[in-house]
Amino acid sequence: MTPKTPSTTSDVKSDALHARESAVKSMSGLELKPYYVGADVAGLDETRDLGVPGEYPFTRGIHRTMYRGKTWTMRQFAGFGTARETNQRFHYLLKNGQTGLSVAFDFPTITGYDSDDAMSEGEVGRCGVAIASLADMETLFQGIPLDQVSTSMTINGPAAVLLAFYIAVGIKQGVALDKLRGTTQNDVLKEYMAQKSWCFPPQPSMRVVGDVIQYCAGAVPQWNTISISGYHIREAGSTAVQELAFTLANGFTYVELGQQRGIDVDSFAPRLSFFFNAHLDFFEEVAKYRAARRIWAKRLKERYGAQNPRSMLLRFHTQTAGVSLTAQQPENNIVRTAYQALSAVLGGTQSLHTNSMDETLALPTEKAVKIALRTQQILAHETGVANVADPLAGSYFVEALTDRMEAEAEEIFRKIDAMGGVIRGIENGWFQREIQRSAYKAQQDHDSKARITVGVNEYVDHDEEKLEILRVDPKSETEQVARLKELKRTRDDAKVKAALAAIQLAARSGDNLMPKLIDGALAYCTLGEMIRTLKAEFGEYHEPPMF
Amino acid sequence: MDPLDPQDKIRVLVAKPGLDGHDRGAKVVAAGLRDAGMEVIYTGLHQTAEMIVEAAIQEDADVVGLSILSGAHMTLLPKVKRLLDEKGAGHILITGGGIIPDDDLVELEKLGIGHLFGPGTALERIAAYIRDEVGKRRAARVE
Repeated sequence: MTPKTPSTTSDVKSDALHARESAVKSMSGLELKPYYVGADVAGLDETRDLGVPGEYPFTRGIHRTMYRGKTWTMRQFAGFGTARETNQRFHYLLKNGQTGLSVAFDFPTITGYDSDDAMSEGEVGRCGVAIASLADMETLFQGIPLDQVSTSMTINGPAAVLLAFYIAVGIKQGVALDKLRGTTQNDVLKEYMAQKSWCFPPQPSMRVVGDVIQYCAGAVPQWNTISISGYHIREAGSTAVQELAFTLANGFTYVELGQQRGIDVDSFAPRLSFFFNAHLDFFEEVAKYRAARRIWAKRLKERYGAQNPRSMLLRFHTQTAGVSLTAQQPENNIVRTAYQALSAVLGGTQSLHTNSMDETLALPTEKAVKIALRTQQILAHETGVANVADPLAGSYFVEALTDRMEAEAEEIFRKIDAMGGVIRGIENGWFQREIQRSAYKAQQDHDSKARITVGVNEYVDHDEEKLEILRVDPKSETEQVARLKELKRTRDDAKVKAALAAIQLAARSGDNLMPKLIDGALAYCTLGEMIRTLKAEFGEYHEPPMF
Repeated sequence: MDPLDPQDKIRVLVAKPGLDGHDRGAKVVAAGLRDAGMEVIYTGLHQTAEMIVEAAIQEDADVVGLSILSGAHMTLLPKVKRLLDEKGAGHILITGGGIIPDDDLVELEKLGIGHLFGPGTALERIAAYIRDEVGKRRAARVE
């Protein structure tokens, strides 16, 4: 609803309100009618296009009873400083009712460098936790039995190595590998498109991803091997339509990778999961999740020959949109996040991270994180929105928008096929340019006030109170570097050398890398050492600069 | 080209120092400054301070624009400033933006680093600041 008169005394300009009234496009630029009628969904066949929740094509959700059976997993992404500090934050979150862990790593870890590497200077423990070896991973999960939590790790380029560390912690805790539950993001394709943290060129990266899929299908059957992520594509600037299409196209590429390796689709597709953004355009987001489920189910069944319904289920994690948060009047971010979280829940998410209000300023404080978690708990327990599955089904508008999102995505799939597939598109810079174009348009809309951001380009306060922010102690870096140097001095060098040689051999011969990486982890080879060994075989990747 | 000619196009090197891969801001600002009539060179990702300084001197830049969202600004920005000064290129304006707390902005300005812009800044504001600062610096060099 657009207010007819401004409800605040801040400096409101009437032309901005008019601009908003005439803005009849969704955030993705899809034209919207003033209202929708039955004729707009005349082609909709309830059995074919919707089904009931828990049944093909799963448009309406993956469970019959949805959140009555199990509410979504409240999973706040956390990590900073040393493993010891983050371990304390994990215990705090579990004590406050969080139900799954999600690890944020620092940039050196994400890009495969050790904490004591020259490239890592100033970045150790800054925007995530520093994990350079099994010793750090053991500290990170101290007092947390791995058979009793599920752990999501936002790690891509070096995902195989971090998974090896995690498995090694399980082995040391005496937990059977088939009891390990969790997710590695391990979605390298979107790294080249959006998040830009890679270790190797696209082709060898896909080989490592394939090794993880194959190894886990046998040894760690409850592990979600890839979290196919639209989140970063969206944060980098894409529209909702592009997020939907690029993400699913990446998903298809991973399914084809598994099939090319001769793995039965039904033995790995059930372990693929997704990760979407929950942005500001409420109904477009709900439609996006519903369309995603339908597209995935149809494609898996019709094109890839899946028989097991579990292969056709698109399960997803959602995070509210970091880019939508404002540094100005940051308390307003609590409200933005709550609306975004609601769209994810109405769209049937399996797990959810709600951003904290202070994340445009720094990593969140405990207080800000608690409010974000409480936002989810209020949704789950107070609002009643979790009582009935897919409550927006049958809305003329939501069904029409769901169809439209699907049609737009199919059009993009055709373009990607025509250019020779996802990897070719990455190598050509097509995805990167598409995302950049949308990002620039969003900025121009912001600057011209075609899109209003409350507190930033309208309703501005000139004397804002400052929030308390979290400061990461710079001593964390010194402490971490010292700890790593100590490890390198005290471990058994002969074992390290032998393990690295075995990794190199497997990289060259094409044998599955995972068992060798686990041996490497147990010998206390560092992340940087294992990645350097692989780079020597696989090469490095440099993106051509473009803007 | 005469870099001291006030009519000459302003040359901006936009760079991403460190391991941070968040390049949305850098690329949007690069495009915005280009559309504002400046000559923009973008380094791409994963640049060390040394690489940035070398490129800035080679490209005869008036401005180095750095985008940092990784929290490493207190290490990387002063290092770029120090290396530029050491190479006799202290006249180059260092500006930029990212996730940088206010207290740090003050510290960095004391070190001679120019204004750093936070989230929500309009492109025209950045362009205006650069025009103004570079104008002053060029004038000072002519004198």
